[in-house]
Amino acid sequence: MATALAQADDVVAVEYAARIEHVSKSFAGPAGRQLVLDDITLDVAPGEFVTLLGASGCGKSTLLNLVAGLDEPSAGTISTHGRPALMFQEHALFPWLTAGKNIELALRLRGVPKNERRGRAEELLELVRLKGSYGKRVHELSGGMRQRVAMARALAQDSQLLLMDEPFAALDAITRDLLHDELTRIWEETGLSVLFVTHNVREAVRLAQRVVLLSSRPGRVAREWRVDIPQPRRIEDAPVAELSLEITDVLRGEIRRHGQH
Amino acid sequence: MASTETKTAADAGSVEAGLDALETAVTGRTPLRQTFTGKILPPLVATAVVLVAWQALISFKIVDDPTKLPSPADVGNEFKNAWLQGTLLDYIWTSVSRGLLGFLFALAIGTPLGLLVARVKFVRAAIGPVLSGLQSLPSVAWVPPAVIWLGLNNSMMYAVILLGAVPSIANGLVSGIDQVPPLFLRAGRTMGATGVKGAWHIVLPAALPGYLAGLKQGWAFSWRSLMAAEIIASSPDLGVGLGALLENGRNASSMSMVFEAIFLILFVGIAIDLLIFSPLERWVLRSRGLLVKS
Repeated sequence: MATALAQADDVVAVEYAARIEHVSKSFAGPAGRQLVLDDITLDVAPGEFVTLLGASGCGKSTLLNLVAGLDEPSAGTISTHGRPALMFQEHALFPWLTAGKNIELALRLRGVPKNERRGRAEELLELVRLKGSYGKRVHELSGGMRQRVAMARALAQDSQLLLMDEPFAALDAITRDLLHDELTRIWEETGLSVLFVTHNVREAVRLAQRVVLLSSRPGRVAREWRVDIPQPRRIEDAPVAELSLEITDVLRGEIRRHGQH
Repeated sequence: MASTETKTAADAGSVEAGLDALETAVTGRTPLRQTFTGKILPPLVATAVVLVAWQALISFKIVDDPTKLPSPADVGNEFKNAWLQGTLLDYIWTSVSRGLLGFLFALAIGTPLGLLVARVKFVRAAIGPVLSGLQSLPSVAWVPPAVIWLGLNNSMMYAVILLGAVPSIANGLVSGIDQVPPLFLRAGRTMGATGVKGAWHIVLPAALPGYLAGLKQGWAFSWRSLMAAEIIASSPDLGVGLGALLENGRNASSMSMVFEAIFLILFVGIAIDLLIFSPLERWVLRSRGLLVKS
């Protein structure tokens, strides 16, 4: 993975895939301006897998939107290289296009010439193990297959940074486990940097090299954990469970503070 | 380590393939027989019932005045004569060509107008309410002013069609665009589809079902407006369309001719819908998985 990164010319001088510096965000609410994110500073290194963990109201999706460039921070700066790819909880595939054409649209918007698109789309479908699904309509695919097509479409953007906003939260447990394996495999194969938002502690530990816990209302970086458990992990592994327990205790502590006044 | 890794990966792949197969529904074509008994037979039966009831009214002398209710045979003869004289298709074509051409004009005006109302706040605030209000104004109300402004000619017919159809088409597009899920717009923006690219690749295709519903309604309004115009404003220069045929029948006190005209107007309205708009709508909805197979 390290060698793959060193080969790409534009990556050599870069020591971050995303740099979030003193970012705050507030929205106009019924009770005046409400601070959602407070002074967040966070780096995602090239090739790093970071999960953002937090309870409701920690502003994790807001932060992801800011990194994606869909919204502007109220204060602070966010630097990325090019436009990051973003995956949502809903697959957000376009129902008027087939699975393959959805991927091709991302290629087209990136400026890939017409004669290369089909082949590249087929490759990406193969990467997410959906060979032969090129002509399938979105509604003909199962939930897990849709999320994989969405992943292939995100990869088609050829961005260094993949942002994922609870992408597996709506899937059943069996499918989610399999997609964890897929995501880990694809992350290792592509050397992408991933910033993954979730409220599922075990999922965070299962996937990440680093887990960042956000406090709620306003969102602040509460604590960070390095996860040194070697991949491939499984969500049932004892070390995963152990670290999850530790993180859950801290998370509950954070949540408890909100009920005390 | 490496061997377990490949094993797990390959394992995940085969499990996934199994899961995909389990979760993918198998659908086939509906057999022809089922289409016949489900879709074709019921309207045929309904038509037969109406004809039988109609004939019964005549046979049992419940209605005994051919100037009020002609027999099905009389109306059939009227069709036969018009067909033998070669005028039947002329009647139909005069009205249909007018209607379709007017509809195309309405399409060319209503589409950009709808886009403008949907995308430009000022335009929406200015004419949005009027545009939806116009839909509830019966287009026959436009016939007298159109005759005064344009005279008894084809332009007046087209003007009435436009006033009837343009609001429907524009409103259909506006509601189609309003109902585009914000998620699609966000997904498009992260992929770089903003501005014109966003409109072309995301907004317009996403708005297509609403737009088509507007077209369908627009056609119904075009056809109705045209018939109203033809009935009210008949002139020898205009040729005999279906509306004029009805009016001629009334003037000649020929109830069978009036019935002939009514049936033809109904028939053309249904035929255009069945041949053009319904298949288009079904195709769009089905390809998006929005049409539940019953």
